[in-house]
Amino acid sequence: MTGRTVRIGGGAGFSGDRIEPALDLLARGDLDYLAFECLAERTIGLAQAARRAANGAGFDPLLDERMRTAMPLAHPRGVRIITNMGAANTPAAVTRVTEIARDLGLHGYRTAAVVGDDVLDTVRAGDFPLIDREGSSRDLGGSIVAANAYLGSEGIVAALQGGADAVITGRVCDPALFLAPLIHEFGWAADDWERLGRGTLVGHLLECAGQLSGGYFADPGVKDVPDLARLGFPYADVSADGTAQFGKLPDTGGRLDAATCKEQLLYEILDPGAYLQADVVADFRHVRIVETGRDQVRVSGGAGRARPDTLKVSISYDDGYAGEGQISYAGPGAVARAELALDVVRDRLRLTGAPVTDLRFELIGVNAVDRRGRPGEREPTEVRARVVGRASTHAAADRIGAEVEALYTNGPSGGGGVSRSVRSVLAVASTLIDRALVTPRIQFEVA
Amino acid sequence: MVLRDIAHVRTGDKGDISQIAVFAYRPEDYPRLLASVTSERVAAHLGGLPSRKITRHELPGLHALNLILEGALAGGVTRSLALDAHGKTLGAQLLDLPISPG
Repeated sequence: MTGRTVRIGGGAGFSGDRIEPALDLLARGDLDYLAFECLAERTIGLAQAARRAANGAGFDPLLDERMRTAMPLAHPRGVRIITNMGAANTPAAVTRVTEIARDLGLHGYRTAAVVGDDVLDTVRAGDFPLIDREGSSRDLGGSIVAANAYLGSEGIVAALQGGADAVITGRVCDPALFLAPLIHEFGWAADDWERLGRGTLVGHLLECAGQLSGGYFADPGVKDVPDLARLGFPYADVSADGTAQFGKLPDTGGRLDAATCKEQLLYEILDPGAYLQADVVADFRHVRIVETGRDQVRVSGGAGRARPDTLKVSISYDDGYAGEGQISYAGPGAVARAELALDVVRDRLRLTGAPVTDLRFELIGVNAVDRRGRPGEREPTEVRARVVGRASTHAAADRIGAEVEALYTNGPSGGGGVSRSVRSVLAVASTLIDRALVTPRIQFEVA
Repeated sequence: MVLRDIAHVRTGDKGDISQIAVFAYRPEDYPRLLASVTSERVAAHLGGLPSRKITRHELPGLHALNLILEGALAGGVTRSLALDAHGKTLGAQLLDLPISPG
């Protein structure tokens, strides 16, 4: 690679991710930018519920801890932070970050909010066909609690051009958190589809942080990963043409090589020739991954074509309650006793007329996650019976756990370790809306 | 010989779709992936999975296949009552798929 490069670090792969690898990248990584990707599909709906419950909440629960530890390292080094930790309340998150900056004595710290992803009013007022199932948004009726469009890089780029030290967003396409600083630094045109495709490739590889550098990879004796407990997060040195060199810091755990990069390249990609983003339709079919040194990989060959006319929208809606109970059995005959336990709970729920649906009866250790549909060769030494189902009320959902707990004195011999729960279900459906209906806006606060 | 001897996998999810990528460790084994990891054989191997449709994308440059299992996740992670609502364990369950040697 020749010419100037921009170094971007992947600081988080999900809302609850470890913080210290990002701090290590800030301290030792000579970064230009650090991005925290913290907003899964359902997270924004949960955040919306939190916002309703307590005014002022609704942003990422780890925002405070992440920013309070990252900003003192980032600011003196000139590293700009980009994150979607705004979740359902980006303006409140920006206010919080500005307060933290004042606490830390970072006078003049500029934080930008990128808003405009909230399209709840638009969705409620219209009728939009769902893309992942039959029906339309109107069928979800009054149960809709949030609707957020996946914005592209535009708002983040504007915030960077406005001198933001930190940019906080709600729902944006995850790779846009990484593509935006590349557009800002290199001046890529909004219709330079090939470079936008390459920048999206960089973002896609970094957005899950440790999943590029050895996380979610180890299979002992088959593909080993050293020192996972100290897993280091990756960074990329990106050139003006969009090709990139990926690495991780020395003296960190993990591994970053062609195999780990290939796994992440296709992770959660449906058609590798058409990765739909707000900024571009990226094409990963001809990506080349070359190992250039220890934990060093060069990635090229990304491509792209014109962006879609529509934006994806996630609609979060209340979907009733899920009730669950579990109980363990061990020793000779454990599976038969656990199966009897499931039969008893099935009969009890029927006899008492509990208004529950979608019931699942399964044995953890036998068939709870294994879908190969074949019995094991040996009886497991322990097994856990699990019953779960839906209900429209909390009380009805709680009937399931109650019947499992009753197995203590009414069921087969030797059952132990009952757990029971009821949770409200916040489900997500997806639709597409005309991008003209969505307008990203930015707001600054200065410490 | 089983798939685990020649390939590694990573599993992801998008809504009600499970996505399993399969990568040959050695380029020379890619033709065996093509021959052995067919949509039909995957459906039969994961016989307990209620997927509506399995699509296979071929990536010869990466010596990889991308399997798209529609309707496999009981409505998807936000709605599913399954213990592994993401279906994250599914790819590993493919690793004992028999592969014809040589």
